[in-house]
Amino acid sequence: MSDDLTTAGQGEGGSKVSAFIRREIGRVAALASLVVIFIFFTIMNPVFASWANVSGGILMSTTVIGLLAIGVTFVIITGGIDLSVGTSMALVAVITGKMVMAYELNVWVGILLGMVVGGLLGAVNGILITVLRLPPFIATLATMKGAQGLALIISDLKPILFATDVKGWDQIAQGNIIPNFPNGVLILFVAAIIGSLILNKTVLGRYNFAIGSNLEATKLSGVKVNRWLVAIYALCGVYVGLAAVVITSRLGSAQPDLGLGYELEAIAAVIIGGTSLFGGKGTIGGTIIGALIMSVLINGLRILGLQQEWQYVVVGAVILLAVFGDNLRRRRAGDTTV
Amino acid sequence: MATAQLLSLTGVSKEFPGVKALDNVQFDLNEGEVHAIVGENGAGKSTLMKILSGIYKKDAGDVKYRGQSVEIPNPYEAQRLGISIIHQELNLMPHLTVAQNIFIGREDRRPGRVFLNNPKLNDEATKLLAELELNLDPKAIVGELTIAKQQMVEIAKAVSYRGSVIIMDEPTSSLTPAETESLFKIIRTLKAAGKGVVYISHRLEELAKITDRITVIRDGQYVKTLKTTETSIPEVISLMVGRKVDQDQRPSNRNIGSEIVMKVEGISDRHLLRNVSFELRKGEILGFAGLMGAGRTELARAIIGADPRTEGKIYLHGKEVKIKQPSDAVAAGIGYLSEDRKRFGLLLIQNLTFNVILSSIPRFSKFGWLRIKPAAGVTRDVISQLRVRTPSENQFVKNLSGGNQQKVVIGKWLTRNCDILIFDEPTRGIDVGAKDEIYKLLTKLAEEGKSIIMISSELPEILRMSDRVAVMCAGRLTGILDNKDANQEKIIEYATKFSDELSVVH
Repeated sequence: MSDDLTTAGQGEGGSKVSAFIRREIGRVAALASLVVIFIFFTIMNPVFASWANVSGGILMSTTVIGLLAIGVTFVIITGGIDLSVGTSMALVAVITGKMVMAYELNVWVGILLGMVVGGLLGAVNGILITVLRLPPFIATLATMKGAQGLALIISDLKPILFATDVKGWDQIAQGNIIPNFPNGVLILFVAAIIGSLILNKTVLGRYNFAIGSNLEATKLSGVKVNRWLVAIYALCGVYVGLAAVVITSRLGSAQPDLGLGYELEAIAAVIIGGTSLFGGKGTIGGTIIGALIMSVLINGLRILGLQQEWQYVVVGAVILLAVFGDNLRRRRAGDTTV
Repeated sequence: MATAQLLSLTGVSKEFPGVKALDNVQFDLNEGEVHAIVGENGAGKSTLMKILSGIYKKDAGDVKYRGQSVEIPNPYEAQRLGISIIHQELNLMPHLTVAQNIFIGREDRRPGRVFLNNPKLNDEATKLLAELELNLDPKAIVGELTIAKQQMVEIAKAVSYRGSVIIMDEPTSSLTPAETESLFKIIRTLKAAGKGVVYISHRLEELAKITDRITVIRDGQYVKTLKTTETSIPEVISLMVGRKVDQDQRPSNRNIGSEIVMKVEGISDRHLLRNVSFELRKGEILGFAGLMGAGRTELARAIIGADPRTEGKIYLHGKEVKIKQPSDAVAAGIGYLSEDRKRFGLLLIQNLTFNVILSSIPRFSKFGWLRIKPAAGVTRDVISQLRVRTPSENQFVKNLSGGNQQKVVIGKWLTRNCDILIFDEPTRGIDVGAKDEIYKLLTKLAEEGKSIIMISSELPEILRMSDRVAVMCAGRLTGILDNKDANQEKIIEYATKFSDELSVVH
């Protein structure tokens, strides 16, 4: 028990290194696995560690899932889930694409528009969950299918091409403000830092943890829980919007049928990153590490020439291992709160 | 009528960590008899019944069934012996039919043992229901029946085991007077068939109507067994309460002003509360006494807007306030401390600071950004002021003891500067030493001008702490007593005033 007595709480205090490691053991373990996996692939094939592969292959392919996963982290910390982020991303891409083309909007307005539309879609989820009191799983399953259909309807089943028509749209993800560092990756890291600040330093973040720790107690403490839940789902939507902007920039088009399945990849990243599906615990840093672990695995296995179907099996095994390891660690620490 | 003895318990004891729940209790039951067990909340009635039905194992003592010593290690063995229990909360599957519920786990199957034999199930249920003179359709869906009819299903299920002992735990708690009468009719049918019924009830006036004998237990100890025809309700009450009242501590004479801080007028809800009105004065501790299910927690939750009211107004300092949700109550300066701290009061997986500032986060933020340093400072103040035993404000709340957790919840409301505090069972789950500390804290808060509503099921606690005692029964306020006029007998009397003709006494 003496260990528990020195354990520092979420987000504050604990300057000692040992206390830090104990508090952050989930993320430390995830980061350690990331490093080990990285070293393994580098030994197997040095090409893996080349900057071209790391930036263009690994980091770039993490951007979209990473952005979605940051959004979903907020939702999962409330104890909820958002299954709609993948198809919502497609819907945002299509709507933004249509508007940008129709009104000849510039790149900045386009980015802002994507985030606003994403935020609105997220708010719809929040309203379904709080006002209609639907379980998050059901509400976002419904909006997932709805968004999938609407994306196809609005786009008339055809991709919307940006590349040639909107000046600079391709630069959003593929340009290099920092030499040799793709803007898409920069967006992911900046978005992660902002997300982490929101989660740990703002009122919204604090209520996010409170709701996930104990919704009833939070409500009885006088917090307008429903309002904050809508805000949190909307925030998730803003990240979905940003992901939509990045994916259209990378592809040069809005693909109405691209997005289904991304939600599960994002959720997997969150879980590998040590965020509890039961709510109340989690970090953005962990989520980014989780997303990187998945990209590194896929990229490394591909370089090693493993067939895609086997890559899936490995990723599945990693999810199991990550959660099982987390459980073991917790059980040893005598933590019964799951 | 020659009657055989069905049950005989002697010297039964049961200890839980820190509590002697039963100490050398005796009880017996004859064929064709209804034998009541009465006692205050926590006297040990349910523990005794749980031992009889195999849910708990006794630590010591002897249980004889039809003259033979028996062990009842689990509920199956109890059923095999012929002891059935009908719990206060019904244990039926609402989506299944009456017949399916009665024979759950013992379904007849067709040859091959794969498919169920529903027609036979229904036939058997029909026979059983006719035997008990119960007017029920075996094919009716249980969830669509009234509570009274559901209870009949439970009785039929209990009888279907063909046992001879049926235990009924508060069977009338959710029945109307007419339904209670028909329950009594069924009980008489069971009596006539030679069954023995153990009857647990808080409703003392029912005992005269249906029971043959009454056994009183108090604080886990056997007090006396009385013949119903030879006793009276006042005698039963005085045996239930037992302790000499003058031993109990009372609050020291405090000067409570006449300033009325909160006035509650005519609160009703959909299920239980009926027209509850009272006033709370500045610096006062107003105790709320009553039996379990009297509606005290429901009243508190209705006041703070956690559950909907159908009627009623709340005035603070003479002005009406609209409280529709808990955030309105908190904004008006009313803090509620639930009896179930872990579920309704605390963020167990977070640290002390987080819990202490939870109601006051806007105060610790600027433009949406949290200012952790002042929050930690306030928490350290709370820790020293309330003497919370914790290594630091960064400790997780789940690692604290019950008493210290309670102090954290108190600290949360003090940080919010609430003037009105509603404590629901403030010392539940707190050990004796820490209880005293909580009592001192409550007194100190009242002396500092906070107004306190204290719901408690422990009468000594009510008498020790309350300046006035409000007593509730079945969703109504049946009386408000000044501490000097209050004693345990009077409180029990008001707490068991189930009939409607009694008006509210001020």
